[in-house]
Amino acid sequence: MKIAGLIVVLLCGCLLIYGTVDFPEWGDPASPASTHVSPYYIETTMEDTSVPNIVTAVLADYRGYDTMFETIVIFCAGIACIFLLRTYTHQAPETRLYRHIPTGIILRIKKGGKLPEDSTDFERVDLQWVPYDLIIKTACRVVVPFVQLFALYVIAHGHHSPGGGFQGGVILGATLILYAISHDLRTTIKRMSEKAVILLSAAGVFIYASTGALCLLFGVNYLDYSGLAAILGVDPVSARSHGILIVEIGVGVAVMAVMVSLYYNLSSVGKQDEGL
Amino acid sequence: MNDLVAVLISKYNYWVYIILMMIGFYAIITKKNLVKKIIGMNIVQTAIILFYISIGAKKGATLPIISHGHDAVGHAVHASDYINPLPHVLMLTAIVVAVATLGVALALAIKIYRQYNTLEEDEIHTRIREQ
Repeated sequence: MKIAGLIVVLLCGCLLIYGTVDFPEWGDPASPASTHVSPYYIETTMEDTSVPNIVTAVLADYRGYDTMFETIVIFCAGIACIFLLRTYTHQAPETRLYRHIPTGIILRIKKGGKLPEDSTDFERVDLQWVPYDLIIKTACRVVVPFVQLFALYVIAHGHHSPGGGFQGGVILGATLILYAISHDLRTTIKRMSEKAVILLSAAGVFIYASTGALCLLFGVNYLDYSGLAAILGVDPVSARSHGILIVEIGVGVAVMAVMVSLYYNLSSVGKQDEGL
Repeated sequence: MNDLVAVLISKYNYWVYIILMMIGFYAIITKKNLVKKIIGMNIVQTAIILFYISIGAKKGATLPIISHGHDAVGHAVHASDYINPLPHVLMLTAIVVAVATLGVALALAIKIYRQYNTLEEDEIHTRIREQ
């Protein structure tokens, strides 16, 4: 099996290498990929959309359909993950671990056992117990807001510098995952519930699609943001720039929510009770 | 000899992507463990991203953000000054979609492990036959 696989792979590799004979050289300005539609994008982006970052303009304006359906693919992946893993009904676990905060002693409570109701001295810890680490928790808590601010900057400044909805959304999702890793899953879910995550991922796709539909109402094509000039109160070129920002926000929200949802489900095997 | 070296150097980006892709294919075909197959799938995706990005490169061009776009009104933008933005756009979405598909693949692996208590392909096959 291994040898057969190796032969197939080597044959396929040789065919691909043979195919590169006809390929353009590295960095060739006259290569087929750089000669047809790409010069048009580079030369007319400023006039059409007034967005200096060509990648953002092509992503959200010229090829808006592509990006919209990529966002829908991500949304579907998040939903599929929920359907696959979230098949548990909630039931209380056999034993729980509690940490007594002033002393750091860990208590094991068996099923049916109870802590004093109004006690605030105890916090629940995971069964796969990790030692309490003040430095990691504090460092992550300090870092998270600044990383989130940077993520918002990446989304909002995507017109002028490398960035946009996808990158900013992933950074935003990563901060929540960082928070979940440094504290625990329950603390993060308390901050951002499962329901909120699912609603946000749908809302992101909805923002994108409804912006396109809004353009239809003004008598232009779907996702042609120049139709939004009337409600935004700017000229059609600036309206395309603003329309790009709106859909980038939608993409960012959807990507962030799906990343967090994937983490919630994968790290806790769908139980969303105890995880990494 | 010099010609061969010149050809090798002018097309080394394709060589790298082919080698990476074949490593990924080999993992997908021969490895028995499902997680190793998923890792192989991700290596293939990385190879394709590398291929696209290397196609977009242009000699003597800079990254596709028009410098001083709003300051100098009406100055001509030459396509030869900026690298091809299109592969970057396509791969930008492909990277995030790759993460999302990785999530679904891992979810399926978790589901299979819950059902059969193993991730080895041959053991799963024997367990399916036993049932």
